[in-house]
Amino acid sequence: MVCDMTAIREIVAQHGRLSADARTLEFGTNLYLAGLTSLATVGVMLALEDHFNVEFPRSMLSRKTFESMESIADALGELVG
Amino acid sequence: MCLDDESLTAAYRQYQTELVEAGLLISLGVPGLYGRSGIFEGVIEHFEQYVTQRGAFARAEVMRFPPMMSRQHYLRTGHIQNFPDLMGSVHTFQGGDREHLKLLEAREKGEDWTRNLAATESMMVPAACYPLYPTATGTLPSVGRTVDLRCFVFRCEPSSDPARMQLFRQREYVRLGTAEQALDHRNGWLKRGQEILNAVGLDARPVVANDPFFGRGGQMLAATQVEQDLKYELVVPIATAVKPTAIASCNYHLDHFGHAFDIKTADGKPAHSACIGFGLERIALALFKTHGFDPTQWPTDVKRVLAL
Repeated sequence: MVCDMTAIREIVAQHGRLSADARTLEFGTNLYLAGLTSLATVGVMLALEDHFNVEFPRSMLSRKTFESMESIADALGELVG
Repeated sequence: MCLDDESLTAAYRQYQTELVEAGLLISLGVPGLYGRSGIFEGVIEHFEQYVTQRGAFARAEVMRFPPMMSRQHYLRTGHIQNFPDLMGSVHTFQGGDREHLKLLEAREKGEDWTRNLAATESMMVPAACYPLYPTATGTLPSVGRTVDLRCFVFRCEPSSDPARMQLFRQREYVRLGTAEQALDHRNGWLKRGQEILNAVGLDARPVVANDPFFGRGGQMLAATQVEQDLKYELVVPIATAVKPTAIASCNYHLDHFGHAFDIKTADGKPAHSACIGFGLERIALALFKTHGFDPTQWPTDVKRVLAL
């Protein structure tokens, strides 16, 4: 896997304001069902951009991109190449 | 700016100039702030009477709020997260003699005299239904509540488009209740709203829409709003047919305001809410554009419906 899953997990835990502890979730768990709100998604997005030094293009700014840690990794994989 | 934007701006300016020259709008020196003539107000008054007539079945509670609301309540609406660029925060001078002199000196020197103003307890109301929710905290009756509102609302978006005013009136019917009650209200009023607009000769059609959420994160919020089928607008060409303007919107807020203001349904769950908002100035502008600047010359059917 291209991306550092530990960092993604840590960012989701810190910025996702989930009802569950992100450290206990599977990578494929639906984060919206775990309590990720639209606004918290923005926090997660900005933290990911800072950490991985990327910018999500407009086409990726959808609910689907941030659905799970796995989908986030896929998106970052595309960006980091 | 691409050519399309330029021609759009030109169309906005042209209609704005026509409206001001005809005396329907009175320019106040700030883009998007206008006085209105008696004819303009008459059209809004008669349109509202027609809306009241069509909405009478709902036996709505009538409430009227001023265009300012509590800062604390404002902060609970989520507006600051979603639309920080549109907010209106009310500030005033609260210093003593020394500070007053400094303020006057700064003003005299052409410096920024507003920097040391202090925030008051009030914010400008961004949507007609916002002042309602803090008053609705508690448990709703099992039939829910329907409220008829009209309020001047503020959005900081100076523009040459006469339809994009910074202070304008929204007439709303808001429903508080279960998810089903809220959705029924939204869907019923989407249909009724279109009928009302069609009856006054406006070829309004519904489109799925999103709010102008702030920033890049806002693009995600907008996409989510569309995905969840929460917002519809009734659009009609005003200054230009190229880009129709929303003159009414029908929104389902899920349980956002129920959570934010602790409004509960009879069975103790967070209440859902929905509203239709008619943009009264935009409707008047669309009527003037469609039927001409002299309401006495409007089509007979339209005059009959509006009791002009």
